[in-house]
Amino acid sequence: MSKGTLFDKVWDLHTVGTLPSGQTQLFIGLHLVHEVTSPQAFAMLRERGLKVMFPERTVATVDHIVPTDNQARPFVDSLAEEMIQSLERNSQEHNIAFYNIGSGSQGIVHVIAPEQGLTQPGMTIACGDSHTSTHGAFGAIAFGIGTSQVRDVLASQTLALAKLKVRRIEVNGTLKPGVYAKDVILHIIRKLGVKGGVGFAYEYAGEAIEQMSMEERMTLCNMSIEGGARCGYINPDAVTYAYLEGRDFAPKAAEWDKAVAWWDSLRSDADAQYDDVVVFNAEDIAPTVTWGITPDQGISIDEMVPTPDLLAESDRAIAEEAYVYMDLQPGNPIKGTKIDVCFIGSCTNGRISDLREAARIAKGRQVAEGIKAFVVPGSERVKQQAEAEGLDQIFEAAGFEWRDAGCSMCLAMNPDKLEGRQISASSSNRNFKGRQGSASGRTLLMSPAMVAAAAVRGQVADVRELL
Amino acid sequence: MSEVKSVTGRGLPLRGNDIDTDRIIPARFLRSVTFDGLGEQVFADDRVQAKGTHPFDQPQYEGAKILVVNRNFGCGSSREHAPQAIARWGIQALIGESFAEIFFGNCVAMGIPCLMATSEVVKVLQDAVEFNPQTQLQVDLEEMEVRCDEYAAPVQMAAGPRQMFISGTWDACGQLVAQADSIRATAAQLPYIRW
Repeated sequence: MSKGTLFDKVWDLHTVGTLPSGQTQLFIGLHLVHEVTSPQAFAMLRERGLKVMFPERTVATVDHIVPTDNQARPFVDSLAEEMIQSLERNSQEHNIAFYNIGSGSQGIVHVIAPEQGLTQPGMTIACGDSHTSTHGAFGAIAFGIGTSQVRDVLASQTLALAKLKVRRIEVNGTLKPGVYAKDVILHIIRKLGVKGGVGFAYEYAGEAIEQMSMEERMTLCNMSIEGGARCGYINPDAVTYAYLEGRDFAPKAAEWDKAVAWWDSLRSDADAQYDDVVVFNAEDIAPTVTWGITPDQGISIDEMVPTPDLLAESDRAIAEEAYVYMDLQPGNPIKGTKIDVCFIGSCTNGRISDLREAARIAKGRQVAEGIKAFVVPGSERVKQQAEAEGLDQIFEAAGFEWRDAGCSMCLAMNPDKLEGRQISASSSNRNFKGRQGSASGRTLLMSPAMVAAAAVRGQVADVRELL
Repeated sequence: MSEVKSVTGRGLPLRGNDIDTDRIIPARFLRSVTFDGLGEQVFADDRVQAKGTHPFDQPQYEGAKILVVNRNFGCGSSREHAPQAIARWGIQALIGESFAEIFFGNCVAMGIPCLMATSEVVKVLQDAVEFNPQTQLQVDLEEMEVRCDEYAAPVQMAAGPRQMFISGTWDACGQLVAQADSIRATAAQLPYIRW
């Protein structure tokens, strides 16, 4: 059993008590709400005559269903319009802060909370979205929940939970040029598998992690859930504090120094005990691309789609399913695979530094003939910042479309969808069958810079050749 | 609230590892403010592609109550729409080699037990139900056993959720809200509540 880790400390500080079932009743310091997983939860509150216990610790925005090309109201999709109206009503009725379209602060829930300084070290954070693990980048314990649990958090600001085990994942050494946080997490998931993290919180540590910016750390923690870990975190340090200082909801003046001292005290102890430790070497990680239908089906850009004999026996059936669905031949290189669509955005890779890296590749080049390429900033603030830096002009000059903030083609609950058998190079987080909106559509996950490289080459390319 | 001590009924075998919640209920069906109608849409795209051969479409499994799955079932998105769709189709319990964590938690909150069994046991159950779809399965949360005619095998579930099913407290909302004073006291101890 783990002891002395940040996870243990934060868990203990937020423990309200032990329920008759033996589970912990855990206080949730920040509850993030969006339009897809909350309407039924608010309806359940209403049925039970319950109120929101801590409306001031609840924050809402709209991201999954918003169109990214024309956000005029009412939305063309009447179902999407009904959902945004429901959230508008619910947040007003329960006195919850709501960052709506046009507020200047709307965006993907996992982008806006960090950029406003709502996400802070030592907090527990829940949201009806599996990528809530993103917020662990700050040394928060953050995890996704379902709608009935959204109801529980609204009603009580707590959840009934069993404590997770803690696995320390060390990435030592320095990443090579052209290798990004996205490659690191795809590499980790490839090695530990999509169910390797079930029952664990992942603590990411080591030189390569310490050298990452906050936005890179968010990319890493974001995809913890793709490795089965509901929660992933990084101990807070000077990088964390430099990012937070001065943000809207960060502590100010005298409170700031007290906050930093408290945050420092939450870091995992030098002699902390872990349930498991796994070590990686940053130099072993290359630009990574998925070839299949689960996020652990990934390979380095210069590897071949694996043949069944290279895989564990229990992974062969899903590999066979993937060869057929993806129409990729085992033994063939992934590099050079023709693509149709390039998507840059999502809660994984829709932040300003992601757009800067992609723009660096796109600058002075042209999207290849016949490719639909588009860039979706993660929030209104990211969009504004990118435009202030002229990134929109770089993208548009190269032939990319420049859109408004939203989840877009990561999950295609909005007009951005693949069509038919289209194959996408995508900076998002899931390559599941049908994920990007076409029941037969195909997804290759990679870093935003790799997506930009694919766009200009018209095929899966090695970004290192374009740096 | 109702106690869930055992579920008895016919089985539905659904083979395959890592079946994600996007496959269980594609995102376009989440464009709704209720869970109504999800039962008919469960595995919508997989069923179209299977052209009538998907287990959820095969007449011999109509009315089944126990879904028998393989490894890491329900991975991916946290959408409760996935277990809601399965439950609204008529499933009351799942047996599998393993379940993704958020999916499992959603099922607890809905009163749908997900029990783990070894891959050998899962295979025996899937084979038995395929051979004779009329076979009655029984999952017993008190004895932690699955039975199928003369066959019986152990199943597993963490102690906390199991207790919640047996005592009928799987809907934790009331219990949680009842601790309002302790909740406020815990919050008051957290420095960040004040800044």
